[in-house]
Amino acid sequence: METTSPVERLLRGIAITLVCLFFMFPIVWIVLMSFQTNETILRVPPSVIFAPTLENYTALITGKLETQAGTLDIDFMGNLWNSLFLSTASVAIGLILGVPAAYAFARLKFRGSEDIAFTLLSFRFAPPLLVLLPLTIYFQQLGLANTYGGLIWVYQLIVLPLILWIVRGYFEDIPADIEYAYRIAGHDFWSTFRRIALPLAGPGIAAAGLLSFIFAWNNFVFALVLASADKQPVTVGALAFVTASGIQYGQVAAGIVLSIAPTFALALYAQRYLVEGLSLGAVKG
Amino acid sequence: MTIQLSLKSVDKFYGPVGKGVHAVKDITMAVPKGDIIALLGSSGCGKTSTLRMIAGFEAVSRGTIELAGKQVQTLPPVRRNVAMAFEGYSLYPTVSVRDNIAFALKASRLAEAEVARRVGHVADMLEITDILDRFPFSISGGQQQRASLARALVRDADLHLLDEPMGQLEPQLRTLLRGRIKHYIKERGLTAILVTHDQTEANALADRIAVMEGGVLQQYGSPAEIKERPANLFTGTFVGEPPMNVFAATASVSGGTLTFDLTGGLDLRYAESAFDPRVRKMVLDRKQVMIGVRPYAVHRAEQGAAARVVANQWLGDQSHIAASFAGKTIVLVEHDRAHLTEGEPIKVEIKPQDLHIFDPTSGLALSHGNELAA
Repeated sequence: METTSPVERLLRGIAITLVCLFFMFPIVWIVLMSFQTNETILRVPPSVIFAPTLENYTALITGKLETQAGTLDIDFMGNLWNSLFLSTASVAIGLILGVPAAYAFARLKFRGSEDIAFTLLSFRFAPPLLVLLPLTIYFQQLGLANTYGGLIWVYQLIVLPLILWIVRGYFEDIPADIEYAYRIAGHDFWSTFRRIALPLAGPGIAAAGLLSFIFAWNNFVFALVLASADKQPVTVGALAFVTASGIQYGQVAAGIVLSIAPTFALALYAQRYLVEGLSLGAVKG
Repeated sequence: MTIQLSLKSVDKFYGPVGKGVHAVKDITMAVPKGDIIALLGSSGCGKTSTLRMIAGFEAVSRGTIELAGKQVQTLPPVRRNVAMAFEGYSLYPTVSVRDNIAFALKASRLAEAEVARRVGHVADMLEITDILDRFPFSISGGQQQRASLARALVRDADLHLLDEPMGQLEPQLRTLLRGRIKHYIKERGLTAILVTHDQTEANALADRIAVMEGGVLQQYGSPAEIKERPANLFTGTFVGEPPMNVFAATASVSGGTLTFDLTGGLDLRYAESAFDPRVRKMVLDRKQVMIGVRPYAVHRAEQGAAARVVANQWLGDQSHIAASFAGKTIVLVEHDRAHLTEGEPIKVEIKPQDLHIFDPTSGLALSHGNELAA
């Protein structure tokens, strides 16, 4: 039995409150901002009492940005769709390529396996700008610049190492004898992979997929350089709110709320997989 | 007697053949149908590598493996028709213990009632009936191990491989199950290979023991053969508890007395006539030999070589006495409680028929008692 003194509980409560405030305040503030006009946002002192307005959201959804200098066309919904498509496709391809590769790196010891795995990881070390310039030139020559295919390809630099290294760890944690037992009971290598290894590493694969989705979603610099307006994701599209007549804080906030909504929802949904992933240790007794 | 499994000049290299780690060296061995064979050796001796080559989890670097009349060394595990019990965690975590055991039987489209009967039978034998409906993560290591053993034994396979199947069980249970498992295997006419580092287990279960060390098959024979006629110094000292006493000796003969001069200024004297002429000739031809004697064969006597007690332990059913002897320690076992104190002088006697003589350089056995080693 664990007993806690009232003082301890109080201190713990305070600590938790502080942590929650620290992490949740920006999100709450952004949500509040998204329902205000620029005037109410910028008044001094700031206040949480205001007349909520939906005009920021309508502006984003209709694509008409009203500024003092006139009406501006923005394609925020198109950007949102681009983000969704680019991230989903990148993660899907990353999983198709990365999960079997992770299994190979975890289970089969072949010449140079560590070196190859490390090289893949090293893609994460290099600053993206290092590869962007040569990549831009190649892509223009190959006709891949400003295409979804080209962007998804480049996104593999972000997604693939992440998936590979996370999932590899999960595969390594599965006792190899479970797979051996399945194989000796009359199953081939391929069905052992599908029926034993994949389900057991499922939580890890979900976690890796989720994390790489968020990384892909948040990517800015690749898309900034390699995509023009119609292929841009929200991260780049948000630049449109910096207009000649000032920064549209209300719309920026609404844009942020809309753009974090999918990853936020995904994270909430996948939480249980992450927890399951942690309790996989129980397999080992 | 049909041969169920036959290994011919099997080598295993981890890494390139000829250059990598040579884990298993030129093993040739035949297993008759219906026999239980124990692969006995310390960790890293190559016994598990050998087992895994037979199962098909490791590629055979050189040589052939023939199982039930066909060469299998290049076949994947699925096509070899072997069953295997694993030492560690090998149960499918998503299904119950019952389904784990029945797994292969269900796949083989056996009638449901028959599957249930067999699973019940094997579970009964291994004392796991009460956990059949539990899931692997909720049972203990020993129970998991027995479930894995049940999953292997319940199958009809050409060969059953048991990798340290009882390592995590408590001693009482282990003793009980040994007998039952042997009976079960014999009753069903299965052929089994057991990997173990526990010689009691090997002796109790196996018809024949294959002693391995350094990747080399040291000796392959019945438990009695291995005990009475160890092929070399390694087998002699590895098998047997407490281990065999070994001393370097110089042999000479004068006036009808054969003397083994042990380093440390002590000697063992025997009447020349006590030895078979061929053994005597062999010993005198070589002069330098290693002599080995089992602790059970060292006796205290009125007349004999001098020794001094170093330790005396009563184990409840036997005494282990260690004494300094010829510059080394000699261990003797007595069945009664010995009343000896540390430092007490004793005299020990070793009968000529209890002497094992080995070549000091190659370690190969030269004679056992009055018989020359083959």
